[in-house]
Amino acid sequence: MADVYSPLRMPLIAGHKKLATVTEDVCRPMLRPPSGLWWAGFTFAFSLMLLGVAAVSYQIATGVGTWGLNSTVGWAFDITNFVFWVGIGHAGTLISAILFLFRQKWRTSVNRSAEAMTLFAVMCAGIFPVIHTGRPWLAYWLFPYPNTRGPLWINFRSPLAWDCFAISTYFLISATFWYVGLIPDLATVRDRIAPGPRQRLFAIFSLGWNGSYRVWHHYEVLYLLLAGLATPLVVSVHTIVSWDFATAVIPGWHATIFPPYFVAGAIFSGIGMVLTLMIVARKVMNLEDYITLRHVDVMCKLLLLTSSIVALAYGTEFFTAFYSGNPYEQFVFRNRALGPFAWAYWTMVGCNVLVPQLLWFRGVRRRIGIVFVLSLLVNVGMWFERFVIIVTSLHRDFLPSSWASYRPTIVEVSTLAGSFGLFFTCFLIFCRILPVIAMGEVKAVLHHGNGKGGHS
Amino acid sequence: MNRRVLIGVFDTEDAILAVTDAARRRGLKIVDVFAPYAVHGLDKAMGLQRSKLPWVCFLLGLTGAAAKVWFEYWTTASDWPINVGGKPWNSLPAFVPITFEVMVLFAGISTVLAFFGMSRLWPGRKTVVLDARVTNDRFALVLEEDSAAFDVGKVEQFLRDHQALRVEEREQEVVR
Repeated sequence: MADVYSPLRMPLIAGHKKLATVTEDVCRPMLRPPSGLWWAGFTFAFSLMLLGVAAVSYQIATGVGTWGLNSTVGWAFDITNFVFWVGIGHAGTLISAILFLFRQKWRTSVNRSAEAMTLFAVMCAGIFPVIHTGRPWLAYWLFPYPNTRGPLWINFRSPLAWDCFAISTYFLISATFWYVGLIPDLATVRDRIAPGPRQRLFAIFSLGWNGSYRVWHHYEVLYLLLAGLATPLVVSVHTIVSWDFATAVIPGWHATIFPPYFVAGAIFSGIGMVLTLMIVARKVMNLEDYITLRHVDVMCKLLLLTSSIVALAYGTEFFTAFYSGNPYEQFVFRNRALGPFAWAYWTMVGCNVLVPQLLWFRGVRRRIGIVFVLSLLVNVGMWFERFVIIVTSLHRDFLPSSWASYRPTIVEVSTLAGSFGLFFTCFLIFCRILPVIAMGEVKAVLHHGNGKGGHS
Repeated sequence: MNRRVLIGVFDTEDAILAVTDAARRRGLKIVDVFAPYAVHGLDKAMGLQRSKLPWVCFLLGLTGAAAKVWFEYWTTASDWPINVGGKPWNSLPAFVPITFEVMVLFAGISTVLAFFGMSRLWPGRKTVVLDARVTNDRFALVLEEDSAAFDVGKVEQFLRDHQALRVEEREQEVVR
């Protein structure tokens, strides 16, 4: 087959791969023993996770009094971490579902790992509201079930109840979507590795998949349906998270702009995390031909777009406060930019609005080192965004005599570190035991941009 | 019951599309086509009907949503009404978010289960792989020798004319 390149469509996958080469390249890192670098990363992540386990056990045993909260600042670090992690998850669904509906074929190289990231991020997020309840062993009270207290039902009018349903649905649908996408690849691995317990596990989880097109035919429809369901779902999840704030009457929270503002911010932070992970993974696992500079470039453009939406939201919030004529609203925003937490506010603006402007330049988007640093800064900025929204809106309330400050305790910081430990431990294990690239999908776009074969 | 099948193995997407289309036009009975990925246009080449999964998704999504609206109404307005901030017993607009989530959950999970049922996929199912390479880089067309008029030699030549790498005759158990 002659390799004829169209000037309009560059190949998505570099290096003139054959179908079998894709299988081999993706399976190779799974089948060889882990490298020293992997063990180093795993040990570090696992230790962080243990620190988190210790911190969470301590605060459950002692009570949330171990946190730096006070009666003025009743929500701070914990909810910041919750919103941060849920947001990280959103990019995975953007890549797996929304870009699928938009026929963005480059997504095939990154969707598997981005979806895995979604699952792990939502797991991390779920921990925080559960420990915030103070009595996590009663967390099942959040769901309506026939109980001996009446039965007393939950309040379906409460955004916190909505949140509970949104996050659990999001986790279940993301996990299902991810698993459905994995089935053909599990079968590929099953038919490739030597018989043994590992092969048997792949055989069980691939459900007897044999590549029959009569099954592929339904599978394609199923994938489209799940993408169609996950797309409004992901928008609804962060919309509902934003309602946790927007339905309260606190100046700085009570704003109609919150749902789109939060969804854009979530995707912004998630793309930042995808870039961080992908830049490391492509290097460590020799996947440079699959996750090419073009993929990095495209994700940088998404970062720039969502950064612009977030910047617009920051501006709009200030304008609304000014234009409303409401002194409390105006005070909150003046206090945000100039008050005691101004350093957090300007860190947020710097990382989320100013630094991403560099991405207008193609030279920057194609320089992996710079993009990596940028993606880390975006994550820092987005963490601070949630901190700023939550803490600065609360710490100086309507009554100056009750003004207070907030400072996280070592227990809270350890819990955050522990959640990063859990996230990276899960991600490192995923990289070892499952195909990190959706082989079945990459093979279908392999000839994309070549003159012959493939659908484009 | 057993049947005799003729299997042609191919190594490109174009070849499998062309041969499947030609086989259907010749009136040969296509048992199945095996492919390492979803080849676009193969459903048309095989003459497959549209999948009915969207109906499952739609109807179960609707069922989930309807059941949830009823449940929210029953718990908050009928079984044990509690006054929350003076809001009406039946706060329909406030029930929308959870109704939506439950609709997505019902539709998604039931469509996946319906897919497993329709495709006969379950853990521990005995895997019948035609050739270990069909999940890697090979495509295979399976034709049934459905009558005495089936001329093996002619069909084999037909497959070879369409760039078959290998043609093989097999006795196969009819699974469904």
